[in-house]
Amino acid sequence: MRERRSRYSGLALLRHGITGRPWQPAWRSHDLRPSYEVVIIGGGVHGLATAYYLARNHGITNVAVLDKGYLGGGGSGRNTAILRSNYLTPEGVAFYDRSLELYAGLAADLNFNVMFSRRGHLTLAHSDASLRTMRWRAEVNKASGVDSDVIDAHEVKRLVPRIDVTDEARYPILGALHHPPGGIVRHDAVVWGYARAADRLGVHLHQDTEVTGIDVAHGRVTGVRTTRGDIAAPVVLNATAGWSTLVADLAGVRLPVQTFPLQAAVTEPVQPFLSTVVVSGSLHVYVSQTARGELVFGASVDPFASYSTRGSLEFTEGLADHVLQLMPSLARLRLLRQWAGLCDMTPDFAPIMGHTEVEGFLVDVGWGTYGFKAGPVAGEAMADCIAHGRPPELIAPFGLERFARGRLLGEKGAAAVGH
Amino acid sequence: MMLIPCPNCGPRHAGEFAYVGETGARPDPATTTATEWRNYLYLRHNRADWTVERWYHRMGCRRYFLVERNTVTHEIRPPS
Repeated sequence: MRERRSRYSGLALLRHGITGRPWQPAWRSHDLRPSYEVVIIGGGVHGLATAYYLARNHGITNVAVLDKGYLGGGGSGRNTAILRSNYLTPEGVAFYDRSLELYAGLAADLNFNVMFSRRGHLTLAHSDASLRTMRWRAEVNKASGVDSDVIDAHEVKRLVPRIDVTDEARYPILGALHHPPGGIVRHDAVVWGYARAADRLGVHLHQDTEVTGIDVAHGRVTGVRTTRGDIAAPVVLNATAGWSTLVADLAGVRLPVQTFPLQAAVTEPVQPFLSTVVVSGSLHVYVSQTARGELVFGASVDPFASYSTRGSLEFTEGLADHVLQLMPSLARLRLLRQWAGLCDMTPDFAPIMGHTEVEGFLVDVGWGTYGFKAGPVAGEAMADCIAHGRPPELIAPFGLERFARGRLLGEKGAAAVGH
Repeated sequence: MMLIPCPNCGPRHAGEFAYVGETGARPDPATTTATEWRNYLYLRHNRADWTVERWYHRMGCRRYFLVERNTVTHEIRPPS
């Protein structure tokens, strides 16, 4: 087999089209090495982005990414792929703006079409109180150089002609926070793009490799045991989202995380009519239209802790009710699929990133309902943290020790949905 | 659909109830350390298995009670 991996390009497409030569797999399979410099548990966007930036930014390529199933089979393949940076705190705005910047350049960076679509993001206000909060957010955003403004109901109707802005609705639309840089991306492509780019840089990707134990000696991590054999490693990163407490338990680290499913659904494809992302916090619903024409709906997390990724009828009923309150003309659309992803919820709705009390055992968990949009920036920051042995300024407040010190972060308002 | 066995009202649809969460022994505020108190407040077992938890019959008799539930399969049995 040729070692050199081909680049995707118009010329390569033409060459493959003419010669009929099959494309190489996007990433290779390997035998487990007995040791790696860094082992990353969890082959989602966070784990793969960390592996990629470790190799590209810091030259650390002796890295293994382990996934118990397949790459992107967890939250990375189960979210609603919405991107935005219109947060409420200056720290949150800076963090997600960096992520959006990385997403915008990702296709060129990874040589993989991630279908990034900057189409604008609307957060609807159904009360004077939420309109006031939108104004606050807009001003914080603008002060940080992020394009964000409050618009009135007529302007909402102009951007989304299908939306009901009459006073007849149960929650009349008074206005919205309009965030033009927001948008959507093809979530699977992000996973595959990072996987392929990391593979090209020498990272080993191991699917169907479940971690069954984490070895700790004298307070430091020494390696992991897996269903395919043991690996010695001085650095192990837990990036397993909904399963993060189960993995941390193996290292004797307890996390303040509880797992809740978040359901989503998609309709049959229809002609493009929705050119922005529409979110309603009051109705707990968000809607966008994919390039294929399907409408993607999300909502709030299920009301009780669970590891089940099955959908429920209660969710579908509530979702349909809320969507039709916004856009009554969608009543005849049929749902194609519904599913759930597992969210790792923390007490302060902020992620946990950095070192733990076990030396060499790091976490990038607790992302709850907004882990996908933070994938690139979290990967960049965690790679920096691993390479330099200390968390960069950007993620310093997100350490696990904040719970022991009683210094929780108030990020609940950052999420667009109810919890 | 999940049926929650309320000790007062019998099995009812889960939508009538509010999930309160995992149970744990509450430390004595008079003698506890700050660390023990924060662990009690924030740490959860979050097992993917049978777990004992508290539910509240919000739209019924308003009773709080314990349920043993499997967080993977959603099977429910009375707490042993």
